[in-house]
Amino acid sequence: MTLGSIRHAVRIRRPAEVVWELVGAPERLPEWFPGVASCQVDGSTRVIVLGSGLPMPEEILVNDAIQRRFQYRITAPRFTFHRGTIDVIDLGDGTCVVVYATDADPRTMALTIGGGTAGALDELARLMDGHADTGAG
Amino acid sequence: MGRKILLVTTDQQRYDTLGCNGATLARTPVVDALAATGQRYERAHPQSVVCMPSRSTIITGQYPSTHGVWMNGVALPDDAPSVAAVLHAAGYRTALVGKPHFEPFLDPFARFPENRFARDGLVGLHRGFEHFESATHGPAGALHYARWLRENHPEAVAMYYPVLDAELEVNTLGGGDTGAPQVHDNPIPTGWYHTDWVADRTIAWLDGLDPSDDWFCWMSFPDPHHPWDPPADELHRVDWREVPLPAGYVADEGERRRILDGKPRHWRAWYEGTLVSNFEAPLRWVPATLTAEQVREVNARNAVECELIDEALGRVLAAVGRRGWADDLDVIFTTDHGELQGDFGLLFKGPYHVDGLLRLPMVWRPAPSAGRPPTTVTRPVGLVDVAPTLCGIAGLAVPAWMEGRPLPTDDADADARGFERVLTEWDSELFGVGVHLRTIYRDGWVCTTYRRGYSHDGTEGELYDLADDPHQQHNRWDDPARAGLRSDLLSDLWDHQPPPHLPRRRVEAPV
Repeated sequence: MTLGSIRHAVRIRRPAEVVWELVGAPERLPEWFPGVASCQVDGSTRVIVLGSGLPMPEEILVNDAIQRRFQYRITAPRFTFHRGTIDVIDLGDGTCVVVYATDADPRTMALTIGGGTAGALDELARLMDGHADTGAG
Repeated sequence: MGRKILLVTTDQQRYDTLGCNGATLARTPVVDALAATGQRYERAHPQSVVCMPSRSTIITGQYPSTHGVWMNGVALPDDAPSVAAVLHAAGYRTALVGKPHFEPFLDPFARFPENRFARDGLVGLHRGFEHFESATHGPAGALHYARWLRENHPEAVAMYYPVLDAELEVNTLGGGDTGAPQVHDNPIPTGWYHTDWVADRTIAWLDGLDPSDDWFCWMSFPDPHHPWDPPADELHRVDWREVPLPAGYVADEGERRRILDGKPRHWRAWYEGTLVSNFEAPLRWVPATLTAEQVREVNARNAVECELIDEALGRVLAAVGRRGWADDLDVIFTTDHGELQGDFGLLFKGPYHVDGLLRLPMVWRPAPSAGRPPTTVTRPVGLVDVAPTLCGIAGLAVPAWMEGRPLPTDDADADARGFERVLTEWDSELFGVGVHLRTIYRDGWVCTTYRRGYSHDGTEGELYDLADDPHQQHNRWDDPARAGLRSDLLSDLWDHQPPPHLPRRRVEAPV
């Protein structure tokens, strides 16, 4: 097993509940994730189509509006393991941090998907407050 | 009318693979002839020994610390400075044909223009290139060559070696007669191979120009980078069984380990397969298993690929001649970085700043109409100097954002303009493993200092005297007799090392 774990984060100067409205709506992913051309949600199944034309089936694992946590896994056979986790964390001052973590086996998938998630956080920040302040860890 | 410019780059080619540099394996009469009538550089170094940072240096004329592409997988921003944009703005017709790799290749989201043009049926404009037609080491990815092959010769797609395995790691799979990694018998006809495609598309672009156009074309061959899978019909050119082992290959295993133990510890760790500190080598391949026969076969196939490039370049030069441009054509031939190719019992590349990776082929054949005599330049130059040279050829001022200088025309010119040193950087952070090197070449010495990282505490280094240790087998970093020299070289290095780009650019993909 070669597990790769990638984490990106962005601080957004908007209340957590406002950000969660978008992030917690799985069908709205193409609005804030560059390179996701379209998506279809059917219960706990979501199928996204990437900019390259590649379809990517996913299973939604957690969509918790109280913790503001969204978790899913890519079910495409190329992944031995995948877990995507998006947390919207209220900073208590009318702003929030969005953390997008990608764990995947094979590990290169984590880095490849992780690059996309970082771009998504940039776009989320741009949509919400007009600029991005991202960091990776 | 001004001078026409053909910048020819290959990928991962060693200095000693050209006849004009003493090679005996590959026959490279076309480049040799350019060298005989132009300027041959004996100490040209890259500013990074991997593709994306190095190619970003070529196009910007900046060090990796400045353009910010600090490792493979970091994208050069679309609006980064570009010598092609400078030339295009001055009225030059501009093209890049072949391997760009300024943006990550593993891009399923198609977030980067390089990976969208072929999908969308476009050929530019990008980075100042009005024509941008891309290729890489085979049919993978969303580049123009891959699309051309799929549409015109779909049966050939599966003929190539799969560079990446199912896990998107660099493939360990071996082939040929010896089972060497990344060696493969490719039944593809030569005319469909990417080397010929790059030349064909370059000629097609040239044929579309007006005779009065001034033009700049960057012809960027993906070879002789691994995989070593040239067309099988061409393998007869070099019988691997007759190939001598490279001078840097240490036949005795005990001696090899002793030499590696004299270097910072990631060298031996990689050799034994306990630490892969970069993405540029197969994850599951253990260099200690590399046999002498495999080294011979890799070198044979590499030589075949170098010959095919030379012949492809010859076809392009003939096409230039047919258009009546030969007398006004400047040609620069170089590569982005080298290849270990058996030195120390290693293949591929990584954070190993020795001549196999550092010393590059570089030839500049000025336009015959310029009337410049042929010379050999022994002073150190860098790929950072290529973009300013292109500006100089076009009669343009070198933009202030370029950090290099026009290449010296001979040693006297080099001395007059202070070409004393050349610097190379390495930074990588991948899956918890960080490696950071800074290197200076000056006065025949190569000095590398290591910053704190996964394997290093920040005190390690390498110091080689190329005069009596041309294969860098005796590390003098801890030699008390060389402490003063070491200190002087490090001071010089830090005096000239640009500060890091802030904020640091993000790693978007493994490569």
